[in-house]
Amino acid sequence: MSFTAQLLRGVRVTLVLWLLTVVVVTLPMLGLARVVAPDAASGSVLRIGDQVVGSRLIGQPFSSARYMQGRPAGGANLAPSNPELAKRVAEAASRWELAGVSQPASDLLMDSASGVDPHISLAAARQQLPRLARERQVPIAELERLLRQHQEGPLRLQAIEPVVNVLTFNMALDRLRPR
Amino acid sequence: MEPDGDVVYVIWQLRPQRQCAEAELVGTVSYARMLPWLLAAVALAAVVLMAPLLGRHLFEVFDGRPQPAWDRWLNPIEDALLRWIGDAGRSAESAAGYLAPLLISNALFALPPLGLLLLQPGWLNPQGFGGLRWDLALHTTISFLTNADQQHLIPEQSLGNLAQLGAMQFLMFVSAGTGLAVGFAVIRGLSGRQIGNFHCDLLRSLTRVLIPGSLLLALFLLVCGVPMTLAPPLEISTLDGGRQLLPRGPIALFEAIKQLGENGGGFVGANSAHPYENPTLLTNLVSTWAMLIIPAATIDAFGRFVGNRRQSNLLLALVFGLLLIGAVVAMAAEQAGNPVLSSWLSGPNLQGKEVRFGAPLTGLWSVVTTGTMTGAVNGMIDATMPPTILITLFNLFLQVVFGGQGTGVAYLLVFVLLAVFLTGLMVGRTPEFLGRKVEKAQVVWASLILLIHPVFVLIPAALTLAGGDTLAGISNPGPHGISQVVYEYASAAANNGSGLEGLGDNTPWWNLTTSLSLLGGRYLPIAALLALADGIRRKPALEPSPGTLRTDTALFTGVTAVVLVILGALTFFPVLALGPIAEALTLVA
Repeated sequence: MSFTAQLLRGVRVTLVLWLLTVVVVTLPMLGLARVVAPDAASGSVLRIGDQVVGSRLIGQPFSSARYMQGRPAGGANLAPSNPELAKRVAEAASRWELAGVSQPASDLLMDSASGVDPHISLAAARQQLPRLARERQVPIAELERLLRQHQEGPLRLQAIEPVVNVLTFNMALDRLRPR
Repeated sequence: MEPDGDVVYVIWQLRPQRQCAEAELVGTVSYARMLPWLLAAVALAAVVLMAPLLGRHLFEVFDGRPQPAWDRWLNPIEDALLRWIGDAGRSAESAAGYLAPLLISNALFALPPLGLLLLQPGWLNPQGFGGLRWDLALHTTISFLTNADQQHLIPEQSLGNLAQLGAMQFLMFVSAGTGLAVGFAVIRGLSGRQIGNFHCDLLRSLTRVLIPGSLLLALFLLVCGVPMTLAPPLEISTLDGGRQLLPRGPIALFEAIKQLGENGGGFVGANSAHPYENPTLLTNLVSTWAMLIIPAATIDAFGRFVGNRRQSNLLLALVFGLLLIGAVVAMAAEQAGNPVLSSWLSGPNLQGKEVRFGAPLTGLWSVVTTGTMTGAVNGMIDATMPPTILITLFNLFLQVVFGGQGTGVAYLLVFVLLAVFLTGLMVGRTPEFLGRKVEKAQVVWASLILLIHPVFVLIPAALTLAGGDTLAGISNPGPHGISQVVYEYASAAANNGSGLEGLGDNTPWWNLTTSLSLLGGRYLPIAALLALADGIRRKPALEPSPGTLRTDTALFTGVTAVVLVILGALTFFPVLALGPIAEALTLVA
């Protein structure tokens, strides 16, 4: 078989497989997604009214004291031996100390991998309740109740330990009426 | 209210956040610590249990056996496509006859993606991303073509959906298919069969394995929350007044072939750590399983080809044992945490990890993703403890802890061949494997295959380290920096694609040198493997005699393990000592 003939055959193979693996496979999957799980397919977005304010799956940065805060981000690639890591953790610990949390849970001190970890551990969430109760003028028991509503965990294979979805919790906080 | 609330809530409340008086609750506390180990065991057991089912399917597909349920639908389609391609479907006469269409088609596969990445037209590209710099486009194309999926770019900040689908997803399917084709061509040769037809193998690996598997997995991921849409990424105002981009897209299918095909290239930069790629503990476990199932089934299928399941089960046990040792080391290291941080916190190493997976299961993933040549990550390997990095590097050096799609089993059989040769020398018997003599030509090919890897890892790593920190782009000082550089080339040459991602690797130097390692680590071994298998196929089959050394025994499998570690890993031992071992010592010092 001549080289030109082989080349021509290769071009045909490329064309066929490109159509197969890009178009033929993707289109039915897109269609199926709209039928089977339209909410998940379009990114599990959360709305307030008509306004998209986020996704149930994606964590948001919170800095205001009126909101529960999620995990830090930005140093995910710091090696265990890198002095920058210890510095960063120490800084985070002293920031939490100033905010009234003397021994913050470790997930509040170590960076998430994605930068948008939607969760914090239950311990990390409970440490923030006194501050939120103060800022929002709501009884802590009510916040405890809210915490349970926004908890995800191992029983439904959502997370390896009980965790709290910070964004949905904060949206619920905004819906609470201060007393 | 979440139904899983109360029980677990109570148990976890008991977890000692600090060492307080909860001694009587040790039983409950250890339940929380044991859960990741239990789930890891379940995921791995599912691989073992399902490998024979898929192994049988692979055997039928690649040995051309009738599969009535599939043939009815697929035979007419496959036949029509082959006819249109212009291939009569006859088996190649020689290794070169199989290799030539492989190389030609792979070279041509690179062209549409390269064009898309260089030009990035506006269609399905609502954010209007422009073309990539030439060296980055070249590296990205080559790394996806070679089934490695090393990424020196942040996809959600540089690629529109047309490039994601038309370049990345396309290459993920065909590179995995090419790997499977090679794996089964080698198995055919070793079992004395005709070597096969490349186009036929590639097509059938797609129509009967990768596409149906990916569709099923994609559907599952979708239901668990992974997006699947062509709607543009959403730019939103966050609750606290910031801006955020939600990088949604046709992720579910992308993710499925990424895991099943041992590709590993993320739709977003954070890869499987990102909640859109891997939203829950369940998707994490299934994705871990998905990396292992095809390579495990390929070993099982090998046993069916040679009519000796005992042989393949022993090999499976060998590889699984290596994986388990690595998994235990990494999971324990991540669970134990970082001693340097003990002034501020205690407990597992959550740096660069997601709380929904936790530290041990991120350790498990890191071992599985480097053992199989997937290279996807659910947490940053750069931030893992030195023992975990040691295991990941060890896996990248060895290339057989399941190994690449199709190619992993081929490498494993090369090691078996060398073990046959060595034991043959030791006991003075004629080395035979599967009833055929192992002679000089085979040993030369096998040695070459083993030498390619260190050449494409150690030489460029040495050059880069000699060039200084600016050239190397090291982000973590000390021994860890050496690990970063060596890892990048080992990952490229092994066609893995993961990285110690703090490394500043989007430079012409890194893009071009890793491209060489990617190509050298892919096509040279493929050529040598096919030549080796074709050579064995041509030898006469021998009847087993009392003098024949049996290879399907536990003893011989043990010898193979020793050969693996000595030949595969000892070459790299100095590097392990300078990198992770030295780093481990600095942590305890």
